[in-house]
Amino acid sequence: MDIERAGGRGANQLRPIDCFRDVLSRAHGSASCSQGETRVLAAVFGPKAGTKKNENPEKACIEVIWKPKTGQIGKTEKELEMILKRTLQNICLLSVHPNTTTSIIVQVVHDDGSLLPCAIHATCAALVDAGIPLKSLAVSLCCCLTESGQILLDPSKLEEQKMKAFVCLVFPSSVNSVLPEESTPATTKSTEQEIITSLTHGVMTVDDYFHCVEQGRAAVAPLSNILKKKMRSQSAGNAVK
Amino acid sequence: MAAASGTNDLSSEMELDAFRRLFPLSFHERHLLESIRPDGRPLGRARDTSLSLGAVASANGSALAKIGCTTMLAAIKLEVMTPTVEAPDEGCIAIDFHMPPICSPLIRPGRPAEVAPVISKQLSDTILSSGTIDLKELCLVSGKAAWMAYLDIYCLDADGALFDAALLSAVAAFSHLQIPVVSLNDDGRIVLVSEENGGSMKEKEPVNKEKIKLKMNSQPFSLTCILHKNYILADPISEEESIMETYLTVVLDTNYQLVSLNKPGGPGLASTSSIQDCIALAQKRVKELQQILSEAISDMEVD
Repeated sequence: MDIERAGGRGANQLRPIDCFRDVLSRAHGSASCSQGETRVLAAVFGPKAGTKKNENPEKACIEVIWKPKTGQIGKTEKELEMILKRTLQNICLLSVHPNTTTSIIVQVVHDDGSLLPCAIHATCAALVDAGIPLKSLAVSLCCCLTESGQILLDPSKLEEQKMKAFVCLVFPSSVNSVLPEESTPATTKSTEQEIITSLTHGVMTVDDYFHCVEQGRAAVAPLSNILKKKMRSQSAGNAVK
Repeated sequence: MAAASGTNDLSSEMELDAFRRLFPLSFHERHLLESIRPDGRPLGRARDTSLSLGAVASANGSALAKIGCTTMLAAIKLEVMTPTVEAPDEGCIAIDFHMPPICSPLIRPGRPAEVAPVISKQLSDTILSSGTIDLKELCLVSGKAAWMAYLDIYCLDADGALFDAALLSAVAAFSHLQIPVVSLNDDGRIVLVSEENGGSMKEKEPVNKEKIKLKMNSQPFSLTCILHKNYILADPISEEESIMETYLTVVLDTNYQLVSLNKPGGPGLASTSSIQDCIALAQKRVKELQQILSEAISDMEVD
């Protein structure tokens, strides 16, 4: 009944995640994040003066440029840029620097599944490296659904293509996740993490979707701790492999 | 906030239109407190929707969909092509979404809208992954010839909920699509069979008798909702979308399975209960749209 995954991974097991900050010397902030074989490099420039034409000048503007590993920029890249931009609009404090533009360039180094979560982690680390004011970090997870209804977390590219459906979720990485468990029943409702971004692909039942969200929420707390630890223990000048 | 107390003083003196332009968020929130929207709709109701099939006479299938003021024109043209080696008995669908400058004052010629390629990609993902069209039905001669369907959707008026209207017009155009009769002539090429040479039919006719319609499995229908504080507004207009920026699009098919749930970030967060409310609103909308689509199809057949 249980699906065999490559490398003997369990259904709830994530691939090893690694995050390096300050990998580029010219950018105001930069980070490289890898989840298994997937690697993404992110660079942040800004805040620069002025906003683009149709944007609100009373807030900071975020501009995302997504560069694929190969090929020309097409609709997929535009969609990913929009998703990343709107996700960052949620976590950045936009009123601190009004009438400025922060540019974020995301370069895909290798895509082996879970590309958007890896890009979000790299971008958050790059924003931290650049010192852009953030409300919270974002932590993200991809899960896919097999024919039998089993949920697998963090699929690789092969698994994504074979599965019937997959869901990508982004949650805010709240402070509560690093505090010890003192939550009383009265406050447990308020600590239920709400979703910043949710994308699905493929047909699934509504109940399957909510199961994926529950699994995602459960897996996000340890993932968020790992990422914060990686970001904290950093020395400058780590080599880009 | 100073602005809020300022609006309370000014709102009694100011004209309605001026208040709407200067303090759009307070204007809408005053309406939301009464559970109503500026155009008089309750929060969960979508705008009046109408569908008209066969709007483009020269296309193989077409439809014009209007949700409130948002207008989308979809047309399908078929062309014969050789199928790929990996899928020799499947046809192909190419979906493209255009926003010409006629649709909105924010779009200028030579500067394409940012939202157009995004909606185009979302539409093709939704239609292809929902399995509503079986590509094997577009096959003519396995390995040699298959239909390539070019679906083009033009936005004629952009007034919010663009994805919903575009998906509705695409589904309607596919339900109107009539595949022409073709035959294989001596050179091994596919030619259209016209009415005159009906007597001298060649052998090996893949599509026989009259023009056939494409069989569609469960069709996808969508609903976009705006999440603002504790309110959920279904089917926003463009003014509401620009002020309250967090939206969520739910696509359900006629079996009430979730084809796509798209919440692309935005300043607000979505809790599980608000997602469940949006899905419930989408389920009601699927029933309404199915009804509208079947009425439009039966109107066509009467003609």
